Formats: sequence, C-alpha cells, structure tokens
Amino acid sequence: MDAIKVDALTKVFDGFTAVDAVTFKVAAGELFGLLGPNGAGKTTTVNMLSTLLAPTSGFAAVAGHDVVREKDRVRRSIGVVFQEPALDGKLTGRENLEFHAMMYGIGKAERRRRIDDVLGLVELEEKAKTLVENYSGGMKRRLEIARGLIHRPEVLFLDEPTLGLDAQTRRNIWDYVRRLNREGGVTVVLTTHYMEEADFLCGRVAIMDHGRFAAMDAPSRLKDVLGGDVVSLEVEGDSAAFAAAIRSFDWVRTSKIVDGVFALTMEKGERRIPELVRTAQNAGVAVRCVHLRKPSLEDVFLHYTGRTIRDEDAGLNERNRAMLRGHGRR
Amino acid sequence: MVINTTAIYVLWLREMKRALRARSRVVGSLAMPLFFLAFLGLGFNRMAVPGMTGGVKYIRYLVPGIIGMTMLFTSVMGGLSVLWDKEFGFLKEIMVAPVSRVSLVLGRIAGGATTALIQGILILGLSTVFGFRALGPAAYLLAFVFMILVATTFLGLGLIFASRMKDMQGFSLVMNFVVFPIFFLSGALYPLGNLQPWVSFLSYVDPLTYGVDGIRGALIGVSVFPVAFDLVVCSAIAATMVALGAYFFEKSEAV
Repeated sequence: MDAIKVDALTKVFDGFTAVDAVTFKVAAGELFGLLGPNGAGKTTTVNMLSTLLAPTSGFAAVAGHDVVREKDRVRRSIGVVFQEPALDGKLTGRENLEFHAMMYGIGKAERRRRIDDVLGLVELEEKAKTLVENYSGGMKRRLEIARGLIHRPEVLFLDEPTLGLDAQTRRNIWDYVRRLNREGGVTVVLTTHYMEEADFLCGRVAIMDHGRFAAMDAPSRLKDVLGGDVVSLEVEGDSAAFAAAIRSFDWVRTSKIVDGVFALTMEKGERRIPELVRTAQNAGVAVRCVHLRKPSLEDVFLHYTGRTIRDEDAGLNERNRAMLRGHGRR
Repeated sequence: MVINTTAIYVLWLREMKRALRARSRVVGSLAMPLFFLAFLGLGFNRMAVPGMTGGVKYIRYLVPGIIGMTMLFTSVMGGLSVLWDKEFGFLKEIMVAPVSRVSLVLGRIAGGATTALIQGILILGLSTVFGFRALGPAAYLLAFVFMILVATTFLGLGLIFASRMKDMQGFSLVMNFVVFPIFFLSGALYPLGNLQPWVSFLSYVDPLTYGVDGIRGALIGVSVFPVAFDLVVCSAIAATMVALGAYFFEKSEAV
C-alpha cells in the first residue's frame, strides 16, 4: 500500500504559488527525501501532508487517509518534527515529552520507558529537568527529534531534522532514523537541503525547486544521469598511444584530455582504475596520480535546476520577491 | 465528536505548571481588580447610588462586579494566549496531535478557568479586608459555579478571536472595543436601571450581565433576575461559546 499518495497538490499564498501541482507516491517502508533550497516548497508540502495547512487544490492521502476530509485519522498515523522549534519553554525537557506522550494516549509505564529511551538517544538525560527556555538551539533540536519518535508513528515527517546540529549528533540521528525505518518499518519523509543527508539516508529523493519536482529517483540513479564517475589520470610521457587505447574501451563514456590530465567518465570507476593504470604502463606513460570523483546530488541539482543548492543569494532574492508579491496583493 | 479526557487533563496540567512558574504574573494580574475595589469601593461607599436595591452598601454591590471583571479579563487573555503558542511554535505541536479540536478547546478552557477561578477566590478573600461579607459558605459555592461559567464563556470568546488573528497585534483592538464595553455594560459597577433604554438593550445582550447578576445574587442575595434564570442563561451561553470556539479552532491554521 502507498504510505503517501499525492496528486497535483497545490498551495497558493496571496498569489504566490509555493507548491505547484506536485504529484508523487511513497510506498510503505520507504525513506523518501525532499531535497531543495530554502523556499522550494518542502515545508509547505509537509504542512499540507500533516494537516496543518489546507491545500489550495489537489489531493493528498497519508496512510490511506485524505488529509482534508480525514484529518484525525491522518494525525493518528503520523509524527512530525518541525523545522522551527515547537516546544514549550516554560516546561522542562521531560515535561515536553510527557505532554506529547499523553496527547498520543501512551500509558504511564510505557511512557516513562519510551521517554527514558529517547532522552538517552539524544543524550539529554542530564538536562531532562531543565526548563527548555534554557536549552541551546542544538539541544532543542535534539529534544524535538526525541519527541517525534515517542509515539512510533506509521509515517514520520522530518523537516530539516539536522539543521544546525554538530557532526556527531547529526550522525547519531541519521543512524537512528535509518534504524527506525529499517527495523521499525516506519515510512520516513524527510526534507533537507543537505545533499549528503539525502544521499546517505534516502532510498528515493525528489529534487524540489520553485514548488515543483525537477526530478525524482534513487540517489544513485539520479547521479547516473550525469554519466557516472569521473576518473582523472595525470600522466607523464607521450600519451598518444594511451589515448588511442582508451578510445578503444567501450566502457569509457566520455574522455577529455587537458594538459596531460585525462578526465574520463564511466560507471563503477573504482573497479576500472587498475586496468587504466596497467594500460598506461603498457602504452609507456607513467601515471603520476589518479583521482576518482563520484558525482554528488549537488551535481544532480545543478544539472536539473541550473544552479547550486547553496546558492543562498538566489534563494534569498526568490523569497524577497515572493514576499513583495504577497504584500502587493494585500 | 470525541472527547479525549487525557488530552484535556494534560492541557490543564500544562496551564497549571505554567501559572505556578509565573507566580509574579498571577499576582500582578490581581492588581487591577484590587485597585478598582479600593478606589471605587472606598470612594463611592458613602454615596447613595440611584437604582440600588434598598440599603445595599456600594462595596457589597461592587465586589461581585469586580469578581466578574476578573473572570472576564483573565479569561479573554487566557483564550488569546493561543497566539503566544503560535508565536513560539508550540501550537503546531498541539494542532498536529490526534485529538479532537473540541478536546483541545476544553483543555484550554479547563486550564484557563482554573487560573481565573483561583484569581477570583483570591480577590474574594482580599475583599473581606474592605468589609465585604457574603451570605454564607453555600453562597460561595454557587458563586464559584457562576464564575466557572463566565470564565468558560470568555475563554471561548478569546479562542474565537485568537483563531481569527495572526498575532498579538489586534490585542488592544479586542480589549478596547470588545472587553471594556462588555465590562462597563454588564452592571458590574452600577445598576443598569440608570442607563438610557438603547444602552440598556446592549446590556441585556451582554453575556457578562447575567454572570455578574448571578454572582451578585449568589453572594449577597440581591439580583435583577432570578438566580435560576441567570444560571440557565449563563450555561447556555457558555455551551454555545465552547461549540463556536471549537468550530473556529478547527478552521484556523497553525502555521
């Protein structure tokens, strides 16, 4: 069964189309990523799927329930970790978790066990009795993630779950999300603008830009579109024979030679390097260094949208324009 | 329509914890009703207020009115406090929970009404300093019932406004054009018989009128309407406001 089914989902704010007729499906048990820069419409999509925003048009169902007509059933099936903090600063960390667990109807003994569990996971046991208003940004983030896991939802939405976290905590959270997905069978939908996060975690990624999906597939297949790995060889000596040998390999997709550096694209580059080095030696050239580069989702994003995801200026202008348009209408 | 008692309890519990941790705010909010009691009560105490039922001293007339005022102000603020939750993002956590919107509204009202009731009780206690005496213990219990109904009504009203507002910017608008007129027209400060006919019409549609009259009837045995009538009217209004509050809350967006 599809955990999520979305058909031509659209959200318009004051004449600005934040999400533009997006269509996709997520199978149960998938770890699905929405990858895109700030303002791409990822959060708006999550807000619609989690019943917090009414769609302008289109259809969406989560865990088999219509997000407009069966809000309560949808809410029962999902967990959400929001991008912005959604904590009560006047309560302690543990009290925030208790509030959540009780809202989801978890009994007392089970509640205590699960809260201890998740507090351990995000390493906040010692701060559990501190008011959340005294937490640092990273601690709040960790507490929120802990909270999203307490009630073990069918579908878990993580909106930029590791934004602003240190490498260590990020790694822990990745591991936990992955375990939750694989062992717990939880369908996870995650938004991120971190390429490596989408690449590491997600089975399938949708690249989102300007409210639309530019591409959607497994990260490895998205990267394949770019022609595979790039192997660069820097050689010394007369390379004409070597160049001829390379042209005879049908697994070399493209080759470029600049200043004695051969840049070749191929699949599974790491497995071809020994053969390339052998060929070079047979052709009488010395290999000085070999470099293998796997294409990243960053390259994929650039390929589909014509800009890099960290192009903060572009993103900012985009948002300013959107805001100005919004104000103009009011 | 599903009522989720655990959710109501946990929302109430949160409100209690927050109130306990902000004691200075609770104490501070007692200041205005106390000033009203002190300056109006003592100032007007020796004057004969026309239209007052035979021989009731002004302080005795005023205390139930100030109790009503405390309920009104604390409750509207309590309802509007949803906007703070919105500001701090916590509203999303509440709205995404698998709990019927009626339960969310009832939980807020349970918390807000308890806080308001505690303030009212504190004012009642302090009013003995000004020489106020109620009829007896049963009088207080009946007054508490009215106080809870008034608090429920205006928490509901606050929630309705909060559902329609984006942030706290409309706050003074609500206070000046809704809350203060409701207060002045309710007969909290002076008998309604003194008003022009068209103004007294407004008084009769003012829900606080019946609340203050009921509290007054309960505490000192003097009221414009029969206390039973006040009780029926207040209950009906409170129930309506809860329903409306839930309706608007359901339609509001948390983000």
